[in-house]
Amino acid sequence: MEVGLNHFLFVSVCLFSLGIFGIVTRKNAVMVLMGIELILNSANINFVAFAKYGNFGYQGQIVALFVIILAAAEAAIALAIVLNIYKTFSTVNVDEIDTMKD
Amino acid sequence: MTGNNLIDIALIILFLPLLGFTVTLFLAKKVKKIYLFETLIIIVAFVLSVILVFLKLNYFPNATTTSEVSWISLGSISIDLGIMVDNIAVLMIFVVSLISMLVHLFSIAYMHGDKRYNRYFAYLGIFTFSMNGIVFTHNILMMYIFWELVGLSSYLLIGFWYEKKSASDAGKKAFIVNRVGDLGFFSGILILFATYHTFTFDKIFHQISLGVIPFNSEFWLTVTGILIFCGAIGKSAQFPLHVWLPDAMEGPTPVSALIHAATMVAAGVYLVVRVFPILTSGALEFIAIIGALSAFIPATIAITQNDIKKVLAYSTVSQLGYMVMALGVGAYKFAFFHLVTHAFFKAALFLGSGSVIHAMHHEQDIRKMGGLRKKLPLTYATFLISTLAISGVPLTSGFLSKDGILAGTFAFGNLTGQWFFAFVGFLVALVTAFYMFRLVILTFHGEPRDKEKYDHAKESPFVMVMPLVVLATLSIFIWYTPNPFNPEQGAFLSKWVKAPTIVTPQDSRYSFLKSDEAQPEANVQGIQNVPTPSSTEAANSGEEITFSKTYTEAMEHAHIPAMMLSLFLAGIGILFAFLFYQWKKLDADKLAEKINPLYKLSLNKWYFDEIYDATFVALTLGISKVLAWIDANIIDGIVNGSATVTKMFSSFTGKFDNVVVDGMVNGAAYMSGFIGLMFRKLQTGKVQTYIVLVVFSLVILLFLFKSF
Amino acid sequence: MQNFPILSFITFLPLLGMVILLFIPKKNELIIKSLTLVVTSLQVIAAIVILHGYNYALGGINDPNSFQFIEKYRWIDITGFSWIGRIKVDYFLGIDGISVPLVLLTAIISFIATLSSWTINKSVKGYFAMFLLLDTGMMGVFVALDLFLFYIFWELMLLPMYFLIGIWGGPRREYAAIKFFLYTLFGSIFILIVMIALYFSTKEVLPDGSRVFTFNMLAMMNPQNYTATGILSPLNPNNLRLIAYIALFVGFAIKIPMFPFHTWLPDAHVEAPTAISVILAGVLLKMGTYGILRVCFPIFPDITRELVWYIALFGMINIIYGALCALAQKDFKKMIAYSSISHMGLVLLGMASLNAMGITGAVFQMFNHGTITAMLFLIVGVIYDRAHTRGLDDFGGLATQMPIYAGFTTLAFFAAIGLPGLSGFVSEAFVFLGAFGFGNIRVLTVISTLGILLGAGYMLWAMQRVFLGGLKEKWASLKDLTFREYAMLVPLAVIVIFLGVYPSAMLNLMNSSVNAMAKLMAGAQTVYGSLLH
Repeated sequence: MEVGLNHFLFVSVCLFSLGIFGIVTRKNAVMVLMGIELILNSANINFVAFAKYGNFGYQGQIVALFVIILAAAEAAIALAIVLNIYKTFSTVNVDEIDTMKD
Repeated sequence: MTGNNLIDIALIILFLPLLGFTVTLFLAKKVKKIYLFETLIIIVAFVLSVILVFLKLNYFPNATTTSEVSWISLGSISIDLGIMVDNIAVLMIFVVSLISMLVHLFSIAYMHGDKRYNRYFAYLGIFTFSMNGIVFTHNILMMYIFWELVGLSSYLLIGFWYEKKSASDAGKKAFIVNRVGDLGFFSGILILFATYHTFTFDKIFHQISLGVIPFNSEFWLTVTGILIFCGAIGKSAQFPLHVWLPDAMEGPTPVSALIHAATMVAAGVYLVVRVFPILTSGALEFIAIIGALSAFIPATIAITQNDIKKVLAYSTVSQLGYMVMALGVGAYKFAFFHLVTHAFFKAALFLGSGSVIHAMHHEQDIRKMGGLRKKLPLTYATFLISTLAISGVPLTSGFLSKDGILAGTFAFGNLTGQWFFAFVGFLVALVTAFYMFRLVILTFHGEPRDKEKYDHAKESPFVMVMPLVVLATLSIFIWYTPNPFNPEQGAFLSKWVKAPTIVTPQDSRYSFLKSDEAQPEANVQGIQNVPTPSSTEAANSGEEITFSKTYTEAMEHAHIPAMMLSLFLAGIGILFAFLFYQWKKLDADKLAEKINPLYKLSLNKWYFDEIYDATFVALTLGISKVLAWIDANIIDGIVNGSATVTKMFSSFTGKFDNVVVDGMVNGAAYMSGFIGLMFRKLQTGKVQTYIVLVVFSLVILLFLFKSF
Repeated sequence: MQNFPILSFITFLPLLGMVILLFIPKKNELIIKSLTLVVTSLQVIAAIVILHGYNYALGGINDPNSFQFIEKYRWIDITGFSWIGRIKVDYFLGIDGISVPLVLLTAIISFIATLSSWTINKSVKGYFAMFLLLDTGMMGVFVALDLFLFYIFWELMLLPMYFLIGIWGGPRREYAAIKFFLYTLFGSIFILIVMIALYFSTKEVLPDGSRVFTFNMLAMMNPQNYTATGILSPLNPNNLRLIAYIALFVGFAIKIPMFPFHTWLPDAHVEAPTAISVILAGVLLKMGTYGILRVCFPIFPDITRELVWYIALFGMINIIYGALCALAQKDFKKMIAYSSISHMGLVLLGMASLNAMGITGAVFQMFNHGTITAMLFLIVGVIYDRAHTRGLDDFGGLATQMPIYAGFTTLAFFAAIGLPGLSGFVSEAFVFLGAFGFGNIRVLTVISTLGILLGAGYMLWAMQRVFLGGLKEKWASLKDLTFREYAMLVPLAVIVIFLGVYPSAMLNLMNSSVNAMAKLMAGAQTVYGSLLH
């Protein structure tokens, strides 16, 4: 059996679903962040896979690299936000942080 | 020596009094003796008018000289100011200037000490100016202009003692009643102008003689004549507008003599004399009827009046009625003759009454006089002469002129079968003699009834008596004719006054005024105007003969019987006056009681004032009150009402705006608020909920759009 | 000097004066008053210069070449709006024999009103600023030949008048001012509508040959200039000229004021200060009749001929009704106000005659009414200043106390009732003579002569109540005229007497124009009748 596009996409979907699941179910903000990372990575897989099978040259890989860099930056900022949230609310439990409602 | 010199003199005579008026009025306060200037001016004017009369009657007895300048020109229409000097005008100006001068002199003493002394003389000046204007004018518009100006001066002089309410009332009444007549006069002018596009007498006469008449209808020519005559009804105080003249006696007595007896009131007669050529038989008949009524009604009133001036006032109306009636029956020359003689003797009577009033310290009630002939011999003598004249006693001027008029009515009766005018004429002659002698007897004869006033009375000073003497002298026959029983022999009627050329269409004239084809040359009456260069138009009309031979002969036949009858009636009148008041053989009071209704009617002046007050005056004032009320409440009410309605409407729309329109706006806001309230339930504030929603939505969207 | 824009000068001089006045500090009241006096005297001088240079032979009315002192500049010229076409308004001034007397009148009355305003002591600066603005508006109406410009001036005079009555007036000043303002504005709307309708019906030929819509009144008077389909075009068989005429006429009639639109006048007069009454009666009322003569008659000669009987009818009603109402008044000023209504009726009647004599009478009557009524209001002002009452029955015997004042009053009263020798008579006589010459309105004319009688009635009655009789105790301290009052009354008295004796001085001025107008009216039926067939 030859590994084709569908397999890559399947992996990507699994990662995406796990990411969503993590974001939605975890109470800890850090865990939520990790879910986001999973989603980003599933997107990366898609970029690379389409680049390989879609005859787009290396554009997919380049974008994937960008995304990785962005993810790093984003993680840094997000962690900083989490720290600040912790400072403000003394917790990182996202269920308790619902001031956006008001 | 040409006609132009006459015009020059006439112009000077005309404008001198205006100068006097202006100077006197402006210097009245500053120069105490300025009244002497005014008097001097009038004396000069009188001298000039004597010269004018002399020149005119001697050198140009048949000419009519006119001169005109354009006053306003408007396209093809030119309104001229012009002067016309003919025999009638110069005779009239002589009368006006003389009486005006005498009244000035008389007033110097009579008005002495009045606080508006100088102003009084100024007013006399403006009056004389206006009156001269009426006399000299050559067109009907100017006639109207000066007509109104004499009205003004009459108003000012009647109301001269305006502190008295009765005086200011009388002035107002005179002006307004005159305006009633003037409305007719002005309407007549409107018709004439609309038809002929000119105001000049000559030109109008000429056109009528060519057959151009208003609205192409003889009826309208008659109407025009009557309308113009309305002016005379007002100014000459004819029935039914005579009511102002007795009230006008509120003015100073010399004014009554000048304006309300001799000159201004005669202007109405003068006007009819001027427009006589255009009067149709219908108009003449109307004029005669008005004249007859005016002669009769006031005469009956005069019998019972007790104010010396009121008696004279009513007799003036009555005598003016005579003149007007004379014109109406065609006795043109005698009407003018009577105008002149009446002016003199009536002025004498009024000034005489002024002298009496002066002597009696402004007492005018004859019941408080009596026996004054001893105290005022000269006044008495002149008064008596004038009374004889007005009563038509031989050797006086009044006898001549009145007799002529009566003969005219007699002839008229003979020719037309209408004896009404003759009847009225003779009846009034009787009444006149009676009430005039009643006046003389009550004033001068018998015993004094107010001893105190009588004792203080003394003859007036020279400047007051002299005019009386002059005027009384002029009431003697000799100035007019050498034969005291036939006026036609004198120059006045045979040479100076000429019958006019009648221009109305033949079939609208009285038969006896139709031109006599058989007699192309002048007949006995010496009729036609001899054309001069400036008055050719009137004379070229081709109508040479005016009064037919028939009428002249009828007059001659009527002369003797009329004279006899009038003498007889005057005698009876005088006799009864003596029986009642001098010899007391008959008791006037008892008679008055017996015929009480008639007596009351006469005493209350036939209730004319009351009737007018109750009808015209009340009606006008009533209408004006009603209209003012309507104006303030209904018309203005509509305006204010529409404002109120607008305000109500706007407050309604304001409410509507607040409740409905704004309600909808607010409602929309509430609605969105409500919906928002519902949807904010979704807003948990939890990031994870949002993400679930996003993902679900995405999935749904994917399913929805998967077909694409 | 030949090209000096004298009409602009005389019109905008007061405006300039107002601008300067605004820079003067409030407390320098004397300077403010003197400045106004200087401005108005310059206006009088300018009016005399105009009179001097005026060519009597030129007619004007509908012939652009015979207007004089013409100033014509492009003013508003917008081509951007393709759906309207080109909007073109000219700054177009010029005068003819109908406007000259009124220009002169405006100058004289403004001058006299300035003198009369001398006693104003409530916010002097504001008063005189408004006064000068009003002056510009009035003068502008009489010299404008472009309908748009005319309308601007017409409205311009409205506002200052509102404030002058509303601030400096008597006890009910607000009511009177609002009434005046709204009433006149109500009329203005009609004028505005017709003006716009006329604009879209007329095309003027420009020098370059193009045809554009125009506000030029003289172009509107030429039937050739109308477009075939314009709603007011005589070429259009379904035109609305009759309705437009009535609307326009009502607009002007309110200003005259014509029965039944007259009730603002007594209120405005009673409340207005003396000087403003003088202007109101002396000049403002004339704008109504001037508007009819300048706009209604030459632009709609065909309709004028159709409706002339009604114009005369309303003239007659004004004469009789005004006189009767005057007879019933107890307030001196109100009586004069109603007499104004009566006398303005004469103007209407004269115009309705459509012949040279009647129109001459009408225009002359406008001038004479201006001077005579100004005198009458000044006279009321004199007594009101002293006695602070205007009730006719409150007085009595003033002739003894104030003889010179009584003399001027007598003159003015007799001028008002048409005594010959004074100017009122000539115009009155001309109106009647002219109107009687026109067969259609003959009966109305004869009825109108009743006004002469009623006039004598109310004037003499007022004279008697105020001046004659015994002097009442409480008026024994009243002083006779002051120098300032002489300065106001003497010039008017001189004019009244001079024009009464020598009316040709004024009549010659308007002769050519009046003849042109009569000719235009006489030819209207043939000219306009032939357009449709």
